[in-house]
Amino acid sequence: MTATAMTTTAMNAAAALPLLQVDHLSMRFGGLVAVDDVSFTAMDRQITGIIGPNGAGKTTVFNCLTGFYKPTVGRLALSHSDGREFLLERMDGFRITQHAHVARTFQNIRLFPRMSVLENLIVAQHNKLMRASGYSVFGILGLGVYRRAEQAAVERARYWLGRVGLTDRANDEAGNLPYGAQRRLEIARAMCTEPVLLCLDEPAAGLNARESEELNELLKFIRDEHKIGVLLIEHDMSVVMRISDHIVVLDYGRKIADGNPEKIRNDPTVIRAYLGEEEDETLPPEVARDLGVRG
Amino acid sequence: MAEATVNTSAAPAAATGARAHEPSFVYLVKDALATGAIALALAFPLVGFRTVDRGSTTIIETRFGQMFLGVAVIALGRFAFSLIDAGYARAILAGSGVLSVAWLLLVAVDPGGAAIFPLGWMSWMLVVSVALRAAYVSWGDRSEARGDAVSPGDRVAATVQRLAVFFGPVLLLFAIAMPLLPMADQRWVDLGILVLTYVMLGWGLNVVVGLAGLLDLGYVAFYAVGAYSYAIIAKTFGLNFWEALPMAGGLAAMFGVLLGFPVLRLRGDYLAIVTLGFGEIVRVVLLNWNELSNGPKGIGEIPRPSFFGMPFTPAPPQGVTSFHQWFSAHLWEIGFSPIQRAVYLYYIILLLALLTNIFTLRIRKLPIGRAWEALREDEIACRALGINPTNTKLTAFAIGAMFGGFAGSFFATRQGFISPESFNFIESAIILAIVVLGGMGSQIGVVIASIVLIGGPEWFRDLESYRMLAFGGLMVLIMIWRPQGLLAFREPTILLKPKAGPP
Repeated sequence: MTATAMTTTAMNAAAALPLLQVDHLSMRFGGLVAVDDVSFTAMDRQITGIIGPNGAGKTTVFNCLTGFYKPTVGRLALSHSDGREFLLERMDGFRITQHAHVARTFQNIRLFPRMSVLENLIVAQHNKLMRASGYSVFGILGLGVYRRAEQAAVERARYWLGRVGLTDRANDEAGNLPYGAQRRLEIARAMCTEPVLLCLDEPAAGLNARESEELNELLKFIRDEHKIGVLLIEHDMSVVMRISDHIVVLDYGRKIADGNPEKIRNDPTVIRAYLGEEEDETLPPEVARDLGVRG
Repeated sequence: MAEATVNTSAAPAAATGARAHEPSFVYLVKDALATGAIALALAFPLVGFRTVDRGSTTIIETRFGQMFLGVAVIALGRFAFSLIDAGYARAILAGSGVLSVAWLLLVAVDPGGAAIFPLGWMSWMLVVSVALRAAYVSWGDRSEARGDAVSPGDRVAATVQRLAVFFGPVLLLFAIAMPLLPMADQRWVDLGILVLTYVMLGWGLNVVVGLAGLLDLGYVAFYAVGAYSYAIIAKTFGLNFWEALPMAGGLAAMFGVLLGFPVLRLRGDYLAIVTLGFGEIVRVVLLNWNELSNGPKGIGEIPRPSFFGMPFTPAPPQGVTSFHQWFSAHLWEIGFSPIQRAVYLYYIILLLALLTNIFTLRIRKLPIGRAWEALREDEIACRALGINPTNTKLTAFAIGAMFGGFAGSFFATRQGFISPESFNFIESAIILAIVVLGGMGSQIGVVIASIVLIGGPEWFRDLESYRMLAFGGLMVLIMIWRPQGLLAFREPTILLKPKAGPP
């Protein structure tokens, strides 16, 4: 397992270019520092995992990336493969998806529950369809331009429905789907926006073993076939360690480690952050720090 | 699924009497008697006595006979309801159905014959509601036996929505033919105009409330803006109805955007309060800005619509042909009658309402319509998908306001006189009630709710002072049985059709 992870990393590393460059990102809420001077790089065509204990600031990083928060300090640069560069910290939330093509999912699923599964995927292609419908003018008139665009949107939706195994539920209300299917639909919906960077906030939360296995396959498929970067927040170590090409570890808003899964697995700072603070209680702080440095 | 609505009657003892544990017959009788006792306690002071003016003195009369009859009817009704829940729904359905039909026949044969039933129409309404309840429950049992996941109410709504494909054109044909039917007198046509005005307002507000989910309590403001814009434009520039109409609609849409901007960040109750305030502001401005709106005296002599330049007047000025003269000259001889103008107005509002409907139905299937619905479902998810919430909300406000403005222009040309009094909060409340009762987002629901809410009080006139009571009772019943609205059933805007060829 580790061996395969290593080979894919090595394979992708050859072609990989930096996709997202996070520099000195800080986010303060009043006196609380949720994210403190975090820098990392996410590569194109790689899965970058962000892990850390509860309250480490993972979701805050996501919210800064996707425009839900304006970072207090920092630079978030996204480079498209055609050379265009976007400074995400300066963009409004919805423009980040619209122009910079960053898509995200949410920790607590946010579908449009009373709309059908297919409609959820069509809404995701809103901006493209808006242009095709001449900002509703052609659409009202029923011109062919719009009908063709809608047909294309349906085909894209059909493709993703097949991918996540929801084709036969396409006309059902999204809110009636089982939990695991809702998770998959949310990923399919994000993919329908044609992102270059897909940000997933705990996609495996609440999934059973089989479903997380399917999720792993889906994420690898997205990375390898659609050739985009994936940013992944996850608590489930079996998911993170198996599919991530690169892992960033946060604790108390700071980055404490950064590297491939093998390196992270053996990093004493990470182990300490996860296994608790017993060492701090028994050892003097200087010694604990010493331990960290030695590792 | 049906249990949730079972225990809504007066008796608190019934709170435990659900179908689950098969209550005994004795228990049901006791329960009915307890309900009767509560009814008696309420009816004793309210129905038992009444004061009568006898010239100079006031005397107290007792009406114990009526009181006991009423109490007996309530106890029997409660018993019937309990039996329905105990599993005798079909039997009760048959019995109450027979009773209510018998009552109708009796009234049809001999209006005095209904006196056999105590309290006349009140007990009839009870019998009918028992029958409805029984039908609802037996339907629920059947679908439960089949293992359906959808509640019977939703199934009825879905059926009606599906039937609307056939039912809609029939209703439309009736609407077109109505003024030409022999029974159509001035009162009928006026009522038709009134109902259609509210249908149009309901369809307009449906865009904002039903589709975009923005609770707007100040919709009457746009109605007022449309009416005043039309009145002022038509009078100042001498334009006719069809020329001034788009301008009035455009101005109302502008006001929609104007209101939209400050309330973009608000939602739910807060949005409702601010829009309510906006509605009042517009009314108060109209009341006080004498130079513009002539204040409380209102604007009169608003140009009435003409039929291709031909006015509806008995004696037109020199050189102008009036409609009835032209009609007599070219088709067949008719005299002047005020109903001609009413019929013409009726067709104008029918046309405007249909335009609103077609527009809404089409836009619902466009990206902007889907974005409205998505915004109603989850605004944060919309932003994450790159949908601009500001523009999307403003379009909804503008389009809703535009239709309100059209309806307002029509109102002004129909009345010939407008004053701020016509644009009270109660108007907004009625329009919102139409949308909510009809089932948010349902087009045919708005029609049915308008007929019930606007036509209903007119038809219930025979009930005299009980009219508003019947109206209120109806609203309470609807809220108990269908809190999501009569026809709250959403059809997807697009269906995935199976792909042709091998999978």
